[in-house]
Amino acid sequence: MTADVMGYYSFLAMVTSAVIYLVAFAAFSAEWASARNLDAGGHEPDAARESADRLRVDKYGRIGLALTCVGLLSHVAGVVLRGVAGRRAPWGNMYEFVTVSLAFAAAAMLVLAMRRGQRWLGLPTTLLLTIGQGLAVTVFYVDVAPLVPALHSVWFVVHIVAACASGAMFNLGAIASVLYLIRTRAEARGGVRGYLARVPDSRALDRFAYRVHAFAFPLWTFTIAAGSIWAEYAWGRYWGWDPKETCSLVTWVVYAAYLHARATAGWQGRPAAWLAVVGVVSFWFNFVGINLLVSGLHSYAGI
Amino acid sequence: MARRDAAPLSAAEFLRFCWTQLTSMRTALVLLFAFALAALPGSLIPQRPVNPVRVTDFIRDNPTLGRFYDAVGLFDVYASWWFAGIYLLLLVSLVGCIVPRIGTYVRALRTPPPRTPRRLSRLPESVAGASALAPGEALDAAESWLTKRRFRVRRQDDSVSAERGYLREFGNLLFHVSLVFVLAGIAWSSLFGYKGSVIVVEGQAFSNNLSQYDDFSAGGAFNPSQLVPFTIWVDRFDAKFELGRAQRGAARQFTAHVRTAEGAGAPVPSTIEVNHPLTFGGTSVHLIGHGYAPVVTVTDASGQTAFSGPVVFLPQDGNFTSQGAIKAPDARPQRLGFECFFLPTAVVDERGPHSVFPDAFAPQLFCNAWSGAPRQETGRPESVYSLDKAGLTQLSQNGRVVNFRLEPGQVVDLPGGAKLEFRDWKRWTKLQVSSTPGLPLTFGAIVVAVTGLCLSLFVRPRRLFVRVGERTEVGGLDRADARVGLADDVAALAAAVGLPDARPAHEPAHEPAGDPQHEPEKEDA
Repeated sequence: MTADVMGYYSFLAMVTSAVIYLVAFAAFSAEWASARNLDAGGHEPDAARESADRLRVDKYGRIGLALTCVGLLSHVAGVVLRGVAGRRAPWGNMYEFVTVSLAFAAAAMLVLAMRRGQRWLGLPTTLLLTIGQGLAVTVFYVDVAPLVPALHSVWFVVHIVAACASGAMFNLGAIASVLYLIRTRAEARGGVRGYLARVPDSRALDRFAYRVHAFAFPLWTFTIAAGSIWAEYAWGRYWGWDPKETCSLVTWVVYAAYLHARATAGWQGRPAAWLAVVGVVSFWFNFVGINLLVSGLHSYAGI
Repeated sequence: MARRDAAPLSAAEFLRFCWTQLTSMRTALVLLFAFALAALPGSLIPQRPVNPVRVTDFIRDNPTLGRFYDAVGLFDVYASWWFAGIYLLLLVSLVGCIVPRIGTYVRALRTPPPRTPRRLSRLPESVAGASALAPGEALDAAESWLTKRRFRVRRQDDSVSAERGYLREFGNLLFHVSLVFVLAGIAWSSLFGYKGSVIVVEGQAFSNNLSQYDDFSAGGAFNPSQLVPFTIWVDRFDAKFELGRAQRGAARQFTAHVRTAEGAGAPVPSTIEVNHPLTFGGTSVHLIGHGYAPVVTVTDASGQTAFSGPVVFLPQDGNFTSQGAIKAPDARPQRLGFECFFLPTAVVDERGPHSVFPDAFAPQLFCNAWSGAPRQETGRPESVYSLDKAGLTQLSQNGRVVNFRLEPGQVVDLPGGAKLEFRDWKRWTKLQVSSTPGLPLTFGAIVVAVTGLCLSLFVRPRRLFVRVGERTEVGGLDRADARVGLADDVAALAAAVGLPDARPAHEPAHEPAGDPQHEPEKEDA
């Protein structure tokens, strides 16, 4: 197979994964839609019917997980083929970064759902995956090409894999924090219904969000540190207030504020969750806004 | 903060009040926000140290806004007094917060775990029952179980209390102390370090002394004797660009083939690439730019060679449309000057002459010519990249301004008898020479900081208690909200002290009970 053909198959695998994630999202939607009667507490306490309902709800959830697995397989195949086609690590531009980061997000979601019983993540994460992969193949796509000299380094692997992984975890953490914000409001109003009834209570959500962020934060710290070491090799300075560097530091500071806020009286709960949301917005701005709007040394989008 | 009824604060009290406020977590949070907000404009507004040309353009396009930005330092955010103010306050707040906590931590290390609380059933996890073991044996079993799992154990009359996870606070303190060292490393680098750059054309050399630099900046404590003596001969500079369809023209490979000599040593062949700088002791030499230098000869009307050699041109766009000035001040009877464009792959279309590819596939030189009366050497510095037209008039022939294009090897005859020959072209490379003495400290401190951060986020401090008596009770609590496996630990410890099928003493509460001695601890400083 020539590189072009492989690049084409890679693209096809990515499109396929986007479609499968969409179907998985539909399955997770069916899961909670069919569970609405269950959670509302039916008027007739019919044990047999209830257990049949539970089985059906569970079946939709498992279909969703299975589909996400298949989608991830296609997704990973797309990433690997892209790497083989370019004969280099496949995370050299915006399209590749999105796809790799989303692969991390999908894998993390599956692990959390199957090993840690956090299946509620399925619905929002598959939505994120569908939109993300969809945007990647339509807006961010660029053809396979070799790397510019500044990227010929082992730090290209270390720095960017860490960035992809922490990006994925920040997004999962943000999902939990957003749900926390919605759920605490619903709890205060006494109306926890629908999908919200299937996510953990606000305290568990807060703890989950904290753990995900606590995992992502050192990784992000490492990303910035590794980037700084690489910058010293490639550009002859370890820190130059390049727009991407600045925005990464801002993101880091916001998440540092989140971690502090969770331990500060008056900032726990909703204010801290809002900080996590600000953090992910700053991460996204750093990725999309800085790549496309501002020129700097990290202008690698190639769009 | 103790409140007093309108009693005026003495100066000492006021300072104390300020200190308490500054070192509170709330202030630290506000300072973190302020830092994030203050850092942001620097990535959106052009910055003078990064790109002075864009700042000038911005001020030209938005005069009013530009003047305002300039006045408040928004074109150089990271050197502004308000940015420095924020990070210095943050540093003081951090130190003020950390130092007392180090004291507290050291005291906690010296103190054995707390005494067993009176009612274990009020802990978040607890079980109770009749033990199969005698009281003493049960406590011995508890002690050995806990010691094996690296708990610190305190034996009391009828109970054992134990604690683990001291590394959490240690990591937390380590992280924050390391941040201070990161900043110390940065300060050290900017005081004692230096950075300079120089453009070297293929075939030329650079020796590391101040007079040879094109630009040079150094910290306040820098001494020119710090410059390591070395010489670099740039023999050849290779540049490769993408020829394929995708990302056509993107850079692919830059290699400077050089010979280097340290001090009076013999030259050694070497290469400099983008991710592979040269080092001489603590000094690094990086490849940070490249461009073209047309090689020209100017012959004046008397037949004398007025200038000969490569002239460095500055690239203006990604395809290396390069601009420069050829100066022949020694030409007679009139001195000569040329304003030129060098186009590595030249195309002339409705946009005028421009380059369509960064590599030199069809190099051409476009010039217009100026002449004037010879000028006395004033020693006044002037740009080598542009022509100072004072005292010069543009050459014209038959009422038309003279401008011409040359391919390598071509000569143009100018009105008045002078000649300009475009002999060849060479590449130049821009070398950056820098010394950053605080770098090992900064990077070392970052490594320690990340280690500390991981400890502070992943280590789970836990306390477990066993009390024997009529009923044997086992309980535990986590001092950070990461309650994974607490129930398992309590059940396993219960089994170890001989409770056969331990039942929970109560429904586990979500929140640790309000025993003031055992409040859940904050996670971070």
